Amino acid sequence: MRRLGPGLVLVLVAGFAFLYLPILALIAYSFNASRLVTVWGGFSTHWYGALMANQPLLDAAWLSVRLGLVSATFATVLGTLAALALVRHGRFVGRTLFSGMVLAPLVMPEVVTGLSLLLLFVAVDAERGFWTVTIAHATFSLGFACIVVQSRLAGFDRSLEEAAQDLGATPLVTFATVTLPLIWPAVAAAWMLAFTLSLDDLVIASFTTGPGATTLPMRLYSAVKLGVSPEINAACTIMIGAVALAVIAASLLLKREQVAGS
Amino acid sequence: MAVSVATSARRLVVAVPYLWLLLFFLAPFVIVLRMALSDAATALPPYAPHFEGLSTIGSFLSQLDLENFSLITDDPLYWQSYLYSLRIAALTTLIALGIGYPLAYAMAAASRRWQGLLLVLVILPFWTSFLIRVYAWIGILRPEGLLDMVLGGLGLAGEPLRLLNTETAVLIGMVYSYLPFMVLPLFTTLEKLDRSLLEAAADLGSTPLTAFLTVTLPLSLPGILAGCALVFIPAVGEFVIPDLLGGPDTVMIGKVLWNEFFSNRDWPLASAVAIVLLIVLVLPLVLLQRARLARGGAA
Repeated sequence: MRRLGPGLVLVLVAGFAFLYLPILALIAYSFNASRLVTVWGGFSTHWYGALMANQPLLDAAWLSVRLGLVSATFATVLGTLAALALVRHGRFVGRTLFSGMVLAPLVMPEVVTGLSLLLLFVAVDAERGFWTVTIAHATFSLGFACIVVQSRLAGFDRSLEEAAQDLGATPLVTFATVTLPLIWPAVAAAWMLAFTLSLDDLVIASFTTGPGATTLPMRLYSAVKLGVSPEINAACTIMIGAVALAVIAASLLLKREQVAGS
Repeated sequence: MAVSVATSARRLVVAVPYLWLLLFFLAPFVIVLRMALSDAATALPPYAPHFEGLSTIGSFLSQLDLENFSLITDDPLYWQSYLYSLRIAALTTLIALGIGYPLAYAMAAASRRWQGLLLVLVILPFWTSFLIRVYAWIGILRPEGLLDMVLGGLGLAGEPLRLLNTETAVLIGMVYSYLPFMVLPLFTTLEKLDRSLLEAAADLGSTPLTAFLTVTLPLSLPGILAGCALVFIPAVGEFVIPDLLGGPDTVMIGKVLWNEFFSNRDWPLASAVAIVLLIVLVLPLVLLQRARLARGGAA
């Protein structure tokens, strides 16, 4: 047990206060009965009720969830394949181009990714909406998914796969019964990351969507542009709560996995 | 038979993501490049492409149109917003390093049990929506917002600070949003640091400050570089934060591209801005990679 000096404790307290106070204030004011931010009108869940009656916002939220589910699944499958290709396939034609394309979206400004995909969809005259945003999200989160799975594959005991193949399992059976069960925590983490990235994205969705497909961040953005309101605070609080639950569940799951694995 | 199935399965592993990326990453990129060399037209899609198909590369090269790029270099709006973006990104990186380093240092010094919790606490805001975190600051910084209220309550400020829609607000929002990207790589390198080296330095008579400057700081350099790159790169092209927290004089290049596209509907010009933005971003990355290789070669 190391002991922290008072200076370092102060640094920790100040640092985490900076990270958390704004979010806590936002949550607190979602329960404010008064519409004015400067006035505390008492505790109320009024704004949550108003939220439930806000049909456009609910539609947008549902669209974002569906988008996240589909695009995260695409991104995870493609990212896992890409990770397998990069870790397992040694040299293949165009490997440099491939790894470049996998990693480039990670440093590409969102405005550039969004613009370039929109121009593609216009060039092939695709109808813009749910599927174009799904493709866009899958493409930009594929690289993140790939990195997560890649790190797990790199520290992986290949003799287990070799043993399975020596015992007569085909590569596909080996993958399904040995490789996948061993890397699944990384695959699950990759999926969650891709889902969150999709749920969070405003810029790329704004470029690639069409009429009738307005995502939750797009709705929130236009509402925020008009000004602060307790109803937005309530919407944000629900989103924060969902994310906090998911992260806590995931870290418990991973911890159990590590305990079981060691 | 089994062998050929296995081989084709192996090929698919590479081919599927490869084709996906060629189609949805490389092809769009080529289209942007082509668009950047087109004239703006009023029809939808608002552009007049300069070449169709690969057979006309010759004629394409002969009528290469750099008009959009010369507009970018001539009109001060564009290069000023590029420079301004670099400036804001650099300031963000420096401030985030200043706050993030002590934080990561304290986290690395904490006991193992606390480290896990602290790590989750740093990552958690990263998982909450970007938009929400920026919105939280609007409530704090706006006139008669929380900050004014708290300062007024303490009797520290008589007048509203009017921070919203200023450069300060943009910097606060940027540092706040990107701080986890700085802390995580710093924590990883500081946590791995061999403490016996510090003890050795102390045994040899160096003060904690000298030990920090001559041992800890140089050894954490990879973390510093990684953290700075992770903050600087997305900060340059940032759109949401300058748009929501900034004002008329905080024009960053991501916002210029957005306006060029959504408000002015000049797609070719937006594409040219995108190309230049990529060049501005890729150059420091290449330099960083070179520096890293050179360091690796020397070691």
